[in-house]
Amino acid sequence: MDYALIWSLLIATAVMMYVLLDGMDLGVGMLTFFATDDQERNMMTATIEPVWDGNETWLVLGGGGLFAAFPLAYSILMPAFYLPLLFMLAALIFRGVAFEFRHKAVRKPTRLFWNGAFCGGSFVAALSQGIVLGAFIQGVTTEGRAFAGGMFDWLSPFSLLVGASVVVGYVLLGSCWLVLKTEGELYAKSRRWGLTALAGVSVAFALVSMATLSVDLRITERWGFSMTGLDWGTLLPLAPVPLIGLLLTAWLARDLWMVAGEEGSAPNWRPYLLAAGIFLSGYVGLAISLFPWLVPFEYTIWEAAARDNALALMLVGAATMLPIILIYTAYVYRLFWGKVKPGDGYHGP
Amino acid sequence: MEFDALLLSRIQFGFVIAFHILFPAFTIGLAAFLAVCEGMWLRTGREVYKGLYLHWVKIFALAFAMGVVSGVVMSYQFGTNWSVFADRTGSVLGPLLGYEVLTAFFLEATFLGVMLFGWNKAGRKLHFAATCAVAIGTSISAFWILSANSWMQTPQGFAVDPVTGNFYATDWLKVIFNPSFPSRYVHMMLAAYATTAAVVLAAGAWQILRGQNSEPTQWQIRMAALTLAAVMPFQIAAGHWSGEVAHEHQPAKIAVVEAWCDTKAVQGTAIVAWPADNECGLASVEIPGTSPLLFPKANGDLQGLDAFDASETPPIWIPFWSFRIMVAAGLAMLALGVWGLFLWWRRRIDQPGLFHWLAVPGGSLGFIAVLTGWMVAEVGRQPYTVYGHLRTEDSVAPVETAAVATSLLVFMVVYAIVFTAGSVYMARIATRGFTDDPTDTPRGERRAPGSPLGAVDDPAEELPPETAVADRRKN
Ligand code: HDD
Ligand code: HEM
Ligand code: HEM
Repeated sequence: MDYALIWSLLIATAVMMYVLLDGMDLGVGMLTFFATDDQERNMMTATIEPVWDGNETWLVLGGGGLFAAFPLAYSILMPAFYLPLLFMLAALIFRGVAFEFRHKAVRKPTRLFWNGAFCGGSFVAALSQGIVLGAFIQGVTTEGRAFAGGMFDWLSPFSLLVGASVVVGYVLLGSCWLVLKTEGELYAKSRRWGLTALAGVSVAFALVSMATLSVDLRITERWGFSMTGLDWGTLLPLAPVPLIGLLLTAWLARDLWMVAGEEGSAPNWRPYLLAAGIFLSGYVGLAISLFPWLVPFEYTIWEAAARDNALALMLVGAATMLPIILIYTAYVYRLFWGKVKPGDGYHGP
Repeated sequence: MEFDALLLSRIQFGFVIAFHILFPAFTIGLAAFLAVCEGMWLRTGREVYKGLYLHWVKIFALAFAMGVVSGVVMSYQFGTNWSVFADRTGSVLGPLLGYEVLTAFFLEATFLGVMLFGWNKAGRKLHFAATCAVAIGTSISAFWILSANSWMQTPQGFAVDPVTGNFYATDWLKVIFNPSFPSRYVHMMLAAYATTAAVVLAAGAWQILRGQNSEPTQWQIRMAALTLAAVMPFQIAAGHWSGEVAHEHQPAKIAVVEAWCDTKAVQGTAIVAWPADNECGLASVEIPGTSPLLFPKANGDLQGLDAFDASETPPIWIPFWSFRIMVAAGLAMLALGVWGLFLWWRRRIDQPGLFHWLAVPGGSLGFIAVLTGWMVAEVGRQPYTVYGHLRTEDSVAPVETAAVATSLLVFMVVYAIVFTAGSVYMARIATRGFTDDPTDTPRGERRAPGSPLGAVDDPAEELPPETAVADRRKN
């Protein structure tokens, strides 16, 4: 069995789950910046309070899974992205404790501080994740089995562009989640936020796609482009991926624009699913560009993989535990299904 | 001493893990305590238990959040700062940590949401099941991470790849159940229960000193004293067991902890030691001839520091003093527990007294013992990360000193802020006692009893958004 392939798919799935679930939490976090008052802010956080911790655990699975399945990639990439990862972790610390601390802060300055920590932490975490993604696509310098670049190698116009895209992308996810979970004034606002973010996402994804094609010749060729012309035979089978992305974008725009929520119109859960679909198309596109590199242009998934017996042991665990995890996660989402009501967020005096 | 990336990474790792372990030490025990309280409430229907549950779950929420965010930092440390270690040990330790995520972290994190926010949504039984899931999750988590740590202390069941120099497992059961794992797991779990009991005891004592002699206060102080008195004898025995295991597999660690300078058939126990200029660098006050009692299973001579090459021994000061502090804290906790039981028996536990004055600072003893205990174990393992096979200096990542200095500084500042705020909030809830806890909402059982939902929801009491009043009640 090709354990390396299976594990790369599993880890890619974990990262995707993280992006779709905690991405939406971070998006909601950033949107609290635009909340008019504390009550509205509380409503917004109440939509994610019961689930954020489980959502963040996908990140631990992504990071821990990389360590477990591809120790070489983990040991090269982590030092390469030392500073952006540091910022991400620090931001996630503030974001995570602010969920609780916001409700405990009595005096106005501390309240403001933890509200800011929540919103700012969400923003910095999203931005850093995007920067790491961008720097990852660009590839890292290695020597032997180790990272051999400088501490600012990750910083480039491209990585900043990807960083910004991830920020707007998460805001889109967050808005669509709020469309699902809120009503009244906040609901209307969320639709507007969603539309704005969707416009941003369209531009950002187009830019990132173009830029990615020019990062490395191997990516350009993978999609059938070259100096001399276009290889339709390569491009055509891959073309549905971006096209589906475009189609979903249009559909989501329509949903958010006029009909969502009104009589006889689109159901409230659809925007979130459409937004997730847009992310997915971008993600698959990225996978097409980079496969099978795990440390782009230095090590493939097979070269970076752990021993087969380690991968096999973990596969037993993943195959039994992941379905169970998905079932109870779905169960908890169902338990908290429905629009939040004022005051839902607190869990005790 | 040069402040290079290696030293800074060691300081950073020690700092972030020491910060992290404070919370598991508390949440593992508190989750179990909450499960007991909720279970007792469901069984007996007594309001006291519900009161205790709803009170401590607020503190739990804060501690757990801090445990989670500092834990996420940990899972990246191996890669960012110890990447060579990660590459070399990934095929052995990776699966253990992977199983921790799959079997424990998801369980804890997902059901935490139900535990904290599901009081009205889930039925009573289901809510209790969620509390149990969180409690069980924390002990499974400890199982895997301690197995990983113990393998680094007493590695077995592996071989080394001749090409890459990487470790790989030859026998997974031997890896997971390595020699120091059973004793370490027992010692750590009991440490968590004792730590929590000491904190609960301190909170109860404080409330009694303040004259808040409500029924839940009386119950929590009794339960805590009983737990302490029951756990501590086992904990001391488990510590002794750990010492014997360490002596068998890491004799240099014990030589350092006991300050044995020369190899002898019978060694004494140093009570205190200070720098001197004999070979070992220590002068000490010692009780002679204790080793047959403490290490009855050891055969042959007991190795002192002279038996090891200087490059193979850990630094002496930290393990030596940490060990003594841990033992002293342990004895003090035992004393507190027994004293509390005695007062309960004499029916004086609800009246303020010297016991209560001492129990309040005693709330920190568990944390002190946990931190110093890890110092003994980890610094005593030096100069290796994988004992006998991979040296610390060969484990470090090729990152620039400036980067590590930055991250260390960032973590110190962030943790200082978070820790200060978190402790203030927790202390505020714990010391306030039960008298301020609103007992029930106007709408009764449908809502979380004692939650502010009623207040916020009820139009008659609608609160202007910026007033702190609502929040003061909420705290
Ligand atoms: C004896 C127990 C113990 C020890 C030694 C450690 N942890 Fe821990 N950890 C826990 C016990 C625990 C816990 C009880 O499961 C946590 C603490 C917070 C929380 O309160 O759950 C947790 C949380 C926690 C999380 C967040 C999980 C989540 O999202 O729910 C991560 C990623 C780690 N830890 C990782 C580590 C690493 C990499 C460690 C060592 C280097 C480590 N922990 C030492
Ligand atoms: C949870 C409580 C723990 C505490 C308080 C603790 C404490 C420490 C300290 C103080 C050091 C620095 C030692 C030195 O450099 O002299 C250290 C190093 C280290 N520990 Fe732990 N540790 C804990 C748990 C763990 C666990 C569970 C693991 C792994 C599974 C682990 C792995 C390491 C590694 C990789 C190093 C870095 C290398 C080194 O400096 O030795 N530790 N720890
Ligand atoms: C009072 C008698 C005690 C003795 C004789 C004792 C002994 C020991 C020994 C020998 C170790 C090192 C184990 C190793 O390196 O392999 C250790 C570690 C440790 N101790 Fe203790 N201990 C005692 C009390 C306590 C108490 C009261 C606590 C906490 C409440 C505690 C918490 C720890 C922890 C967390 C560790 C590190 C984990 C481990 O290696 O087991 N100890 N103890």
